[in-house]
Amino acid sequence: MKKKLIWAAVAAAGLVATTAHAGTLEDVKARGVLNCGVNVGLAGFGAPDANGNWSGFDVSFCRAVAAAVLGDPTKVKFVPTTGETRFTSLASGEVDMLARNSTWTFKRENDLKLTFVAPNYYDGQGFMVPKALGVSSAKELEGATICVQTGTTTELNLADYFKQHNMKYTPVSIKTDAEGKQQFLAGACDAYTTDASGLAALRATFEKPADYVILPEIISKEPLAPVVRKGDDQWASIVRWTVFALIEAEELGVTSKNIDEMSKMTDHPELARLLGSQDDLGGELGLDKEWAKRAIAAVGNYGEIFEATIGANTPIGLARGLNAQWNKGGLMYAMPFH
Amino acid sequence: MTQAYFRTDMLPPRVPPRGQRGALKWLRENLFASVTNSAITVIGLAIVVWLVVQAFPWFAHSVWNAKSLAECRDIVHQTWGPDASGACWAVIHERWNQYLYGFYPMDAYWRPNLAFLLMLAALAPLLFTHLPRQLLWYSAAYPALGYWLVWGGTAWAMVAILGGFVAGWLAFTLVKRISAGLAVAVAVLAAMGWWLFLAAPVTGALAAVAPLTLDFVPSDRLGGFLLSIIVGICGIVFSLPLGILLSLGRRSDMPLIRTFSVFFIEIIRGVPLITLLFTASFLLSYFLPPGTTFDLVLRVIIMVTIFSGAYMAETIRGGLAAIPRGQYEAADALGLTYWQAQRLIIMPQALKISIPGIVSSFIALFKDTTLVIFVALLDPLKGITDAVRGSAEWNGVYWEPYIFSGAIFFIFCFGMSRYSMYLERKLKTDHR
Repeated sequence: MKKKLIWAAVAAAGLVATTAHAGTLEDVKARGVLNCGVNVGLAGFGAPDANGNWSGFDVSFCRAVAAAVLGDPTKVKFVPTTGETRFTSLASGEVDMLARNSTWTFKRENDLKLTFVAPNYYDGQGFMVPKALGVSSAKELEGATICVQTGTTTELNLADYFKQHNMKYTPVSIKTDAEGKQQFLAGACDAYTTDASGLAALRATFEKPADYVILPEIISKEPLAPVVRKGDDQWASIVRWTVFALIEAEELGVTSKNIDEMSKMTDHPELARLLGSQDDLGGELGLDKEWAKRAIAAVGNYGEIFEATIGANTPIGLARGLNAQWNKGGLMYAMPFH
Repeated sequence: MTQAYFRTDMLPPRVPPRGQRGALKWLRENLFASVTNSAITVIGLAIVVWLVVQAFPWFAHSVWNAKSLAECRDIVHQTWGPDASGACWAVIHERWNQYLYGFYPMDAYWRPNLAFLLMLAALAPLLFTHLPRQLLWYSAAYPALGYWLVWGGTAWAMVAILGGFVAGWLAFTLVKRISAGLAVAVAVLAAMGWWLFLAAPVTGALAAVAPLTLDFVPSDRLGGFLLSIIVGICGIVFSLPLGILLSLGRRSDMPLIRTFSVFFIEIIRGVPLITLLFTASFLLSYFLPPGTTFDLVLRVIIMVTIFSGAYMAETIRGGLAAIPRGQYEAADALGLTYWQAQRLIIMPQALKISIPGIVSSFIALFKDTTLVIFVALLDPLKGITDAVRGSAEWNGVYWEPYIFSGAIFFIFCFGMSRYSMYLERKLKTDHR
């Protein structure tokens, strides 16, 4: 009898736990704060300053969602997550969404039961070597020792690439970028491999950046996307279309500065739908009419976010490349707002 | 008549030969006693010299004031030449507050500072026996005071929680004459009853009369050494009594208590601390009803206490095992009850024997507080350092934060170790 009671209690707890995640939107609204999982600290993508205010590329997407849902981009609790804890943190309900440069893969979506809403950054894995090594292509790395982070897609891509080209290599396992940098600079490995954005950011912190080159080969596809739990379609839609709204805003030329004038232009139907002066797209998401307008006003459009956090004029100094708009040679393509 | 020669006075002692005195002797005996010994000395010296030569310029070129790593490097290059490298302590200088307090609101730094000073005052009577014993009452009330200062909220909530202990104690003294066992049960019931039914209304009523409120600071604002010290000190203070109870439980004659203690100790010791922290932070949220927020720092403190308590129990059990049987029999012969015997005869001796082990556990626990990074709390060693490195200005610093955190941890741990030696000397009663 007692045993039965205990099992009933466990089952009830499980039921409660599963139903608890059905209405993330209601949870967030009731709480008044969006819990957003971010990187513990990755230059340009997300880090706190001396006063504890978070900023960065990924952080801006958390703020945009908070602005759309709660009407205030500061109503975000940033939860720092490590590479190991990020998905557990999301699945257990500790955070409502992840914006933490996570690669969208088949296994993660289907095995871990996650929904990757829409890529907000297209990355690819590259190699960095010291100039003194005299290597100009990744195909010349036969027999090299290579520093690679464990527990990431990077490790698998590296193995695939060398197998495909029938080359041998010795991996040196590292845990974090900072550690990898130290190993690489100390000469523990011939080459350092990670996402190209990471390589550029890392090289910028070297004492003598000119002594190192990033090889031209990009050996993998790394579509980085915000993540939510599977099974809450409404919440996934909200995060997905917030990302699209920021991308669409750039395409239509809406910036955080001109948004007030733009929203008065009633003769532009696409603009009017996006900014809520016509139709009620927000209502279909469970939000109000001006959700997208608030998100754009709070953090700027996609291009603005990019330039302010990781763009060519920042210490990270990344070019738009694949992340330019689709009509400018990139892959950023917002689905139509109809 | 000839007389044999007798020396009537002692010869003055002669100075030992050159090789048998002074520095030369010391060198020969300690550093160059044999061929192997000499070789090790030479190699060791070479390593030390090499390390100093390598590291000295880096320390000598330290920069203390700069706004970013790039500025640091500029200063080093301008002052010491283009190839020089130097330590950039400016990162510690710039982010000092973050290392100490994490993201605690700046205008409220006085609260953790005051809490820290009051904590030292509360620890003093526990550590040094020549202070007046009445101070122990203050020490007992300090956890509530400290919690209120650091987290804020209304002070009356803390008073209400302390009230539960008072209610339990009152119930205990009232029923004690009838039966000690019954008294314990009644006391627990009284305290529980107070916390469940009376604490909230009493808090509300008192707060309505005089608010006594500090701004609430959520746990995710805590970080750096503030967090380490809170988790470390709470773990240390609460794990010792838990360890004593568990060690007694494991040696108890009552099967239920003994089995429970053995299970508890073995299960907790058989699991790494990180697993317990993961359980506290992720697994619990699956089982708790949605919307329940059970403070993460509190969960971590509970897990660290449990973990350390299990180790403590075994350390103290070692001390208990070392006490001769005659001591127990003597206590029985004097007609002491179980608890009197433990308090007056067994525990003082057992704890004294276990001091080195206990302090080792404390030191290990304090260092283990850096593991909270795995549950998204910002510890000073890695959490804060990663956050600092993630900013554009300091991206690329490596050694300086680690050396700084290491130095602070060393000061705390070395302090604990010295205190344990003082305590051992003070309590030394044998005639060895």
